[in-house]
Parts: sequence; C-alpha cells; structure tokens
Amino acid sequence: MITRDALPTSTTNAPERRRMRGGGVVPVLGQIGVYLLLTVLALVVIYPLTWMVLSGFKSNSEVFANPWGFPGEWRTENYRAALDAGVGRYFLNSVFVTAVSIVTTTLISAWAAYGLTRTNLPFERVGTTLVLGGLMVAPTVALVPLFGLLQRLNLFDTLWGLIVLYTAYRIPFTTFLIRAYFIDIPRQVDEAARIDGASLWQTFWLIILPMSRPILVSAALLQALFAWNEFAFALVFLSDGDLKTLPVGLMDMQSRLLTNWPVQFAGLTLAAVPMIGLFLLGQRQFFRGLTDGMGK
Amino acid sequence: MRTVARRWAGWWWLLPGLVLLGTFVYYPIIQNFQLSTYSWNAFTSTPTFVGMDNYREAWADPVFWRAVGNNTLFAIVSLIFQVAFALALAAILEEAVHQRLRGVLRTLYFIPAVISITVAGILFSFIYNPEFGLLNELLNAVGLDEWQRAWLGDRSTAMGSIIAMSQWQNFGYTSVLFIVAIQRIPREFYEAAKIDGAGPVRTFFTVTVPLVREMTTLLIILTFSGAFLVFNEVMVMTAGGPANSTHVLGTWLYFNAFMADDMGYASAIATVIFAITFVLAMIQLAYARRRRVEL
Repeated sequence: MITRDALPTSTTNAPERRRMRGGGVVPVLGQIGVYLLLTVLALVVIYPLTWMVLSGFKSNSEVFANPWGFPGEWRTENYRAALDAGVGRYFLNSVFVTAVSIVTTTLISAWAAYGLTRTNLPFERVGTTLVLGGLMVAPTVALVPLFGLLQRLNLFDTLWGLIVLYTAYRIPFTTFLIRAYFIDIPRQVDEAARIDGASLWQTFWLIILPMSRPILVSAALLQALFAWNEFAFALVFLSDGDLKTLPVGLMDMQSRLLTNWPVQFAGLTLAAVPMIGLFLLGQRQFFRGLTDGMGK
Repeated sequence: MRTVARRWAGWWWLLPGLVLLGTFVYYPIIQNFQLSTYSWNAFTSTPTFVGMDNYREAWADPVFWRAVGNNTLFAIVSLIFQVAFALALAAILEEAVHQRLRGVLRTLYFIPAVISITVAGILFSFIYNPEFGLLNELLNAVGLDEWQRAWLGDRSTAMGSIIAMSQWQNFGYTSVLFIVAIQRIPREFYEAAKIDGAGPVRTFFTVTVPLVREMTTLLIILTFSGAFLVFNEVMVMTAGGPANSTHVLGTWLYFNAFMADDMGYASAIATVIFAITFVLAMIQLAYARRRRVEL
C-alpha cells in the first residue's frame, strides 16, 4: 500500500508533516479505511462491466452455471450475432444522428454566442434570456405536444426529427458554454480584424472559431455523449425498427431475444465500448472542458 | 440609418437558434398548458374542453401520488450519494491520494456516466436477475442466502434497486464536478489549516465544505430537479411495474399519453413536472444573481 508520507505532494519535509497531522494510530487506520473505500468503489464500478464483457463470450448455460468466472471457450460468434440482430444497424443510426447533431448544435450555438457577445447586440439581455431560458425546459415535459408537432412537420419517425430535437434542446446549454469562452477573448482581436477590412462573418470564421478550438471540442464531446445516449425522444418519436438508435434498439432487442443472454450481453458491450473508448481517448480534453464550463 | 441596421444585424446570428428553440422548445411548452385543459387522444379529431378536470383526476389518482413519492425518494437518496458522498469522495481523492492514482480513480469512477442509461439499466436488470444475477450470487457467497429475491419483481425492493443503479451511474460524475471546485480553492487555505494543526477531517469541514458551497448549491438544485425528471432508468428496468409500484411522474406521463391514450391527463402531469422544475430553476437563478452581487 502506498503511504501518504512517501508521496511528493508537499514541500515540507516528512517528519514535520507527520507531526502536524498528529501522528499515531488513528491516521494510519484512517488511511487504511480510505484505501479500502476507494478499492471497494473501484470494484463496484469495474465488476459489473467486466461481468458484462465476459458474459458476452459465454454460452447460455455458462451464464447460469458459472456467473463469476471466465468463459470456458471464448465465443466471438455472440458478438457477430448481436451485430446481426440489429446492433449493427442501431449503431449506424446512432452514429448518423450523433454526428449531424454535433455539427448543427455546435455551429448554431457558436453563432448565437457570437451574436450575444461580439456584435453590440441591441437588447442583448433579451437575447440572452431567450436563448438560455431553454435550459429551464425539460424534454419530458414537451413529449405530448411534440408528438403532434413532429407529425404535422413530417418529421415523425425520421432520424431528421431526432436531429432537430437534439439540436434545439441542446442549444441553450451549448451556447452557455461557448458564450463563456467568447467573453474572455479580448475585444482588440475584433478591432484588429475590422481595421484589416474583415466583416463580422469573416472575423467569426477565420479568427474567433479557430481561437475557440478547446471549447468547441468540449461542446462537441458533451453533445456526442447526449445524442448517443438520448432515450425518451428516440423511444416516442421512432416506430420503424430500422431507424432505431442504440438506446431504444437495445430495449427492442431485449424483448426479441428474450432468453439468449450471451447475445444480449454482447450487444450491451458493443454499445458501451465505443463511448468508453472515446472518453478514455478524449478524457484530458473532457475534464478540461468541464473545468472551463463550470468556471463562469 | 445604416449604422442602426448594422447594429440590429447582430440578431441574425441568433436567428437559427431562436427559430429552433421557439418551434421545438417554447411553443410545445405553451401548447402543453392548453392541452392539459382538454380531454383528447391521438385518434379523436375534436378535443373537448374540460377545464381543470385533468388536474382533479391527478389529485385523486393514487398512482400519481405514488409517483410523486418515488420521485421524492429518488431526490433524497441522490442528494445523499451524489452530493454528500460525492463531495467527501472528491475531497479524499484530492487530499489523500497520490496524484497518479488520483487520476486513474477519477477516470474509473467516471466511466459509468459515459455509458448509455439503457446499457446500464439492462445490465443492472441482469445483475438483479433472480436466476443468474450477480447480486443474488454475491449474497449466496457471503452466506446471506435469505436476502436473495427477484429484486425488480418485488414491490418492496424494485424502486430501491432502480435508485441504486442510478447512484452507481452518477456518483463519479458529481465527484468530478466537486474535484473541479476543490481545485479552485487557493492552496494557502489548506496550508493555513495545516499550520493551525487541523487534521484532515477538520480541514474538510472548515476549508473544503465552505469554499465549495457554490458547487454544492448548484448540485443540490440540479440533483433535485433531475430526480423529478427521471424517466429512462424506470422505463428500461421496470416500465413502472410491478403493479405500478415504480412509476415516477415521467413514466406515468408516458404511460397515460402513449399506452392509455389519455393525452390530456398526460399533459396535466407534464405541467406538474414543469412547475416543480421551473421553481427549482428560479431558485437557482436567484442564487446565481445574489452571488454576482456579492462579488
């Protein structure tokens, strides 16, 4: 076990630090308790996920007979069967909806943030309230009226309907995030661009957007997480099985496959792994985005 | 004259966003109030005006009150785990754990938050499965056989099981937000506490807790309103069953709108949810304003 005194966390020397903390048995017990807690929590997180991945390689009887252990034979065919049972198609639908809504949400929000922060907008407060006020409206509350609205607009049971909703409902949050970043960009940047003869449009595309890359990446990641996992809209506004996105598709698959547990586990794994992978790859950016976003 | 036009041109930048928000966010909310005063379903062409009848129906509906109770329970448990416990965990990670291990654990605890609620929900319905689920196996292994049960099929444990899953998924997320807040506390405060001879527990209560108050308030409000918006967890794991025991306002709305085809009643439930979350949002806003004045 790593003891705290061995760690280079402070510039004071070890004996002094021990004296300041009081020394004795209690801190040692406290540390054991702390590491015990952290380990148990880690297991509580990891174990179900490991179980899910491993069960996806087992046979049906093994899931029952040997729930804890490794599979006797690694059956990759479960994963292929899950892909064929719909996970492959749901996956592509999710990729499409997520990718398009990332672009639309980020662009439209960046425009709004630009208008709010850098154009000397008359009645700027009204604009801010109108855009950010949407933060107060929860998607669930609008399910019934949206049901009729989407039908009238011929967007019901289409992936474009989802994209429009995913964009509309995320504009307030994304604008909030980007606006906080734009506020910190000095005004002189815009003035210099104007003196060089750039229009607002050119200033936005050629100067402000490239400067805001970090926040745009964070906004895109958060939108990806949202669109990839969204459930209520996809459940209510899609009825065609071929159009289902992963979250609702998995539910569908669960009722179709019933007792073919290993294939279901394989399907869950296929749905979870890309997001975990993306998160692990982008985590530095992601945590930084959180820090920036919470700053204001 | 031209400069005036140019000044107003700033609004063009907001136009696409405002059109989308107006059409798909604001208009439906307003329409929802109107719909809640009608009796109406997907197949009738003429809704009939019934005034407050749908609200009276809710008042007399035991499932509605059960749902309110479940949302409240969700809120209380989430406040304990996603605010109090998450804050303690964040402080422990920041103050008592080696930097490299801290990063690993932070990432690890966050992972459940990035997987879809459907994946987590179905996974946990397998964990709670009476035939091969991990939970019963675990109880068996440690000799608590008599505690085994069909966790989601039993009225007395179904709601608790769903709430437990939700804590599993979210505690890492709020811990990370607290970590962000703790990292903003100037180091001098901790050094001062150390010089005064304060131990880790006292430092936590005299330095960390007061100085992350803003984040705590924000998370209390977000967690509270989140608990009244719960939908996916319940839909995926029990869809409100067994015997309507796990309905929350969101699923009761869904059930009435799209299963029982009572759109007017569903709209009235939606109004109740809106009222609750709106009040919480207003409190949040008022708090944020007060803070700005203080600075």
